[in-house]
Amino acid sequence: MTRITMTVDGVRYDDDVEPRTLLVQHLRDRLGKVGTVVGCDTSNCGACTVLLSGKSVKSCSVLAVQADGADVTTIEGLAGTDGELHPVQAAFHESHGLQCGFCTPGMIMSAVDLLTENADPSDAEIREGLEGNLCRCTGYQNIVKAVRSAAESMRASVPSTPESAATTEGVTT
Amino acid sequence: MTVTEHRPTGEVGRDRRRKEDARLITGRTSWTDNLSLPGMLHLAILRSPMAHARITGIDVTPARGAPGVIDVFTGQDVADIQGSLPCAWAVTPDIKQPAHPPLAVDEVRFAGEPVAVVAARDQASALDALEAIDVEYEPMPAVMDMEAALADGAPLVHESLGTNKCYTWVFDSAEAGTGGDVASAAEAADVVVRSRYVQQRLIPAFMEPRSVVVDPTQDQITVWSSTQVPHFVRFFLAFMLSMPEHKIRVIAPDVGGGFGGKLQVTAEEFISFLAARRLGRPVKCTESRAESMLAAHHGRDMIQDVEISARSDGTVTGLNVRLLANMGGYLRLLTPATPLLGRYMYNGIYKFPAHRFECTGVFTTTTPTDAYRGAGRPEATFAVERAMDDLAAKLGMDPMELRRRNWVRHDEFPFDTVTGLTYDSGNYEAATDRAMELFGYDELRREQRARRDSGDPVQLGIGISTYTEMCGLAPSRWLGSLGYAAGGWESASIRMLPTGKVEVLTGTSPHGQGHETAWSQIVADQLGVPFEDVEVMHGDTRTSYKGLDTYGSRSLAVGGIALVEACKRVVEKARPMAAHMLECDPADLEFADGAYRVKGTPGAAKSITECALAIFAAHDLPEGVEPYLDADASYDPVDFSFPHGTHLCAVEVDTETGMVTIRSYVAVDDIGRVVNPLIVEGQVHGGVAQGIAQALFEEARYDEDGNLTTGTFVEYTIPSAADLPQIVTDRTETPAPGHPLGAKGVGEAGTIASTPAVVNAVVDALRPLGVTDVRMPCTPERVWSTIAAARAASSGDGGEAR
Amino acid sequence: MIPAAFDYTRAATVEDAVTALAGAGDDGKALAGGQSLLPMLRLRLAAPAMLVDLGGLTELRGVRDDGDALVIGAMTTHDDVMRHPLVHEHAPLIAQAAETVGDRQIRHLGTFGGSLAHADPAGDLPGVALAMDAVMSVAGPGGMREVPASEFFVDYFTTALGPGDVLVSVRVPKLTGWTTHYEKFHQLAQSWSVVGVAAAVRRSNGSIAEARVALTNMGVTPVRARGVEEALRGAPATADAVAAAAGRALEGASPLTDGTASAEYRTQLAPVLTRRAVMAAGGL
Repeated sequence: MTRITMTVDGVRYDDDVEPRTLLVQHLRDRLGKVGTVVGCDTSNCGACTVLLSGKSVKSCSVLAVQADGADVTTIEGLAGTDGELHPVQAAFHESHGLQCGFCTPGMIMSAVDLLTENADPSDAEIREGLEGNLCRCTGYQNIVKAVRSAAESMRASVPSTPESAATTEGVTT
Repeated sequence: MTVTEHRPTGEVGRDRRRKEDARLITGRTSWTDNLSLPGMLHLAILRSPMAHARITGIDVTPARGAPGVIDVFTGQDVADIQGSLPCAWAVTPDIKQPAHPPLAVDEVRFAGEPVAVVAARDQASALDALEAIDVEYEPMPAVMDMEAALADGAPLVHESLGTNKCYTWVFDSAEAGTGGDVASAAEAADVVVRSRYVQQRLIPAFMEPRSVVVDPTQDQITVWSSTQVPHFVRFFLAFMLSMPEHKIRVIAPDVGGGFGGKLQVTAEEFISFLAARRLGRPVKCTESRAESMLAAHHGRDMIQDVEISARSDGTVTGLNVRLLANMGGYLRLLTPATPLLGRYMYNGIYKFPAHRFECTGVFTTTTPTDAYRGAGRPEATFAVERAMDDLAAKLGMDPMELRRRNWVRHDEFPFDTVTGLTYDSGNYEAATDRAMELFGYDELRREQRARRDSGDPVQLGIGISTYTEMCGLAPSRWLGSLGYAAGGWESASIRMLPTGKVEVLTGTSPHGQGHETAWSQIVADQLGVPFEDVEVMHGDTRTSYKGLDTYGSRSLAVGGIALVEACKRVVEKARPMAAHMLECDPADLEFADGAYRVKGTPGAAKSITECALAIFAAHDLPEGVEPYLDADASYDPVDFSFPHGTHLCAVEVDTETGMVTIRSYVAVDDIGRVVNPLIVEGQVHGGVAQGIAQALFEEARYDEDGNLTTGTFVEYTIPSAADLPQIVTDRTETPAPGHPLGAKGVGEAGTIASTPAVVNAVVDALRPLGVTDVRMPCTPERVWSTIAAARAASSGDGGEAR
Repeated sequence: MIPAAFDYTRAATVEDAVTALAGAGDDGKALAGGQSLLPMLRLRLAAPAMLVDLGGLTELRGVRDDGDALVIGAMTTHDDVMRHPLVHEHAPLIAQAAETVGDRQIRHLGTFGGSLAHADPAGDLPGVALAMDAVMSVAGPGGMREVPASEFFVDYFTTALGPGDVLVSVRVPKLTGWTTHYEKFHQLAQSWSVVGVAAAVRRSNGSIAEARVALTNMGVTPVRARGVEEALRGAPATADAVAAAAGRALEGASPLTDGTASAEYRTQLAPVLTRRAVMAAGGL
């Protein structure tokens, strides 16, 4: 067992875990965060996508011990504390970007990550940006529409700061 | 006649946002695997690594002693009580129907067949213990190729059957009296085109892996399952395990897609049920994706030999179809029937005067096949639409012109087809004209010519698919006459609560289709209550106990009518109360917008809500009025409905690499009246995507030993957003005459239509190079090697390629 | 699926990692970003007894300028590599290839060094490292050593790294005045390269002064297309000259038939993609 500390959706948890425990298992089985789901074994489907320290990752392909000390945001932590939907959630609803909904948590988390990097993506950039998430119901058309519309509403609500979209931050030793 | 002309006045026809979304976009879902119960054990299933073998010994002793393990059992341990997985459709009197033990007892017949089960305190321990089980297999020959399997002396999948042939089913229009004789038609024809098309094996690949939880500690044993068919699951658990039906409750909670893949009564459900009863504790069995790929049923996998005869002016005179359909190692719920569900559709929208259809089901040592989106109809549509293109090429005609010459005209409905059905309504001209306009057909043909003339390494192809399909499974009498074990009716119940709110129980079992929303719209219109005041409940045999579930584009086409009828009964039940309160004759009342009004007396009205409260109070009920407004209705369709449409696809084919890129795709569908255009469009998008995926991307492959070599999403390549085009959609509306809402059904239309549109486009691009067919999926390598083979062949006879 | 159980240690220093891995021998495995390893563990295709997590070694992350070369820390993620201004300026080929690795999520965790050490024949970065004449800095039980890319990729999924070795950083000579392109061929966005071509071109007065070309998935290791490079040296910067040179792409290649493609098909693709890669790199 290895001791890990993790903040998930704003709540801090300390747990002893088996090293082989996947992050998604830890979220689901230990923390009860069953909004995040598992759709495959090979990190293709992306249904398990969460934000790990602000960046999208597939929680089925991260060990819980690797996330020690990290801040994790799941689909359950996306809406405001007052229940107000995140613009991406609202847009998926408004644009009918989901059917069975199983891929939706991962799809939404990936879209949130994409829009953090690129506030005004083209349709092609949205499609490329979501290449790590599979959906079997929608043919993606309304997902793309939802992300485009979320981008618009997020740009409208955030005062634009020049250069804020620059993403060339490098890590230099 | 496009849909924009139809302006909805009520809820039906509005693009309502879905009620279901609230929980799905916030992660507050109830997938089966989310469930955890006190004392619950986790099951792991050891699956055969061999396609065909005798089990000569299993040693589970070390596994029993492994950490966390509570129980280990094998097929031998439950041989007397495990029953057989059901096949509900004996398609011919002499069909070979082998037993299908949920846990193999002495022989395995496909790689992935369950062999032993571990129950442990956690899933990891259960998986670990599988590695401690030692199974001795005596290998037997794998039977992989359908044609080889039918040859004399072929190794047998089931030795006791004496053959690998499951059945042969024949329809001949000359014998049935619905048309002429195909052999004579071919003899008399100016042109006969013979083609072999191969429907590759597909994996439904619903996003939510299947999961089962069984709680045996309650008075009713409760089964939660990620299934499309909770009512079937309850019936067959009871029937096949000799359990009293009233002691079983089945719940399909949120279900993450199905596409026919969860239209099944599964080994995992049986095994979990047996384990829970054996242990007296709740158990959960959630499959991994790799297990799902191996063990959940596959789809398609047919060889189609098609012979089309025609006069030189393009008039078709006969269609002869011979199918080999791969059953896999066993028969599951609808395995033998799936290819036959397409048999009525091989004639497509065309007026073939003679037709013969023969289908032979073949056992092989592979995962059983069964329904996958469209179930038989995509295969049929593919065959006829590809054959029409091949015929057009042979005749040197424009493929659309050939279709126009042969299809049923709008003034010819209702139309009796050569397969014995009656097409209810349609307007193929209108849908096609709209599609051609959106597509820019003539302009694309010009560009195609230019590219051909310049020898552009990237060629352009145009594909057409003018399809129809049959929705609304199904008239019970029809099903019965064909050997199906159940009927095809559907039911709905309305509970009118004292405050005027409405609970709806439906026998359909949605798994992404949005019934909660669409049903609310229908009820809101019928009862005149707000959309928000309707709660739709489904998928629990305790509440929605009457029903036949969701598949075959039946829910609205059949269940929707039951729902409308139930609402009408509520309206009639409240009428005497309204009349009583208004002190008039019930016959003088008219009901609209949720209120009863006295004809000719504008002010006098009672709302249905007021009636509901007064009836609940029951202080002053008229004679014979019950103290509630609830009503049930069922509907058994008298016939199918026949949506149709025209899909057009333009592809670019890079002849140097074989890469196919879809440049544009237009889908114009006529599915009758639409309840929710947003949902309908989503169904079309998703259906088209799955059809494109069959055309270009997906194939379940086995090696010669019977190992599935596409066992994960790395090898079984389902497309992402980056791989699919934007689809242009529109609709025409020809209402279904037999449906109170005029609705037809849409769940499978996109899948049925799109595959031939794409492949026709690929072949169209390459015909000048001598290519006449490209096997699906049209992967770059396959396209390139087809081009290379055609070039080699044509250079052999002097260079035909232009 | 859940991985088989293993022991786990999070290395605090490179020396720790070397000691732990050396102690575990063949039963040990270094965990970098885990994006290739975790799926293998989950499918139980790999079951190491000991995982040594390099995730805490912050000194292995980042890119620095070292005069005539860049030094890329082995634990730098693909995402950081592809966005780094130094990489864009001096080694754009690496950024172009890194962008094609996996998907966003995978690039957020997967590392440059991890991809090289994994040495998947379908991996995009080994070929690029070969084309760039990269040199690997390896810490091992015997101390630090340098291994050029041409000697690093030894066989199918096999590198010069032995038990106890940790890839620390990769030294990439700057290519000043060159233009580059990575041509990746795959049918679906998620698929691995069927064949990939890394190309760098230096043009001078209407001709190609020199070129570097390496092929992905045309053998068990990446292949440097020396024949193409030779043919391009001093060749006119024209489509015909490039096409002729690309015809030598198969020299030294020995493509495999696998579940993705046949050797025959790869043989067809390599010259076509080489031509396209060089044309794109050269701005032709």
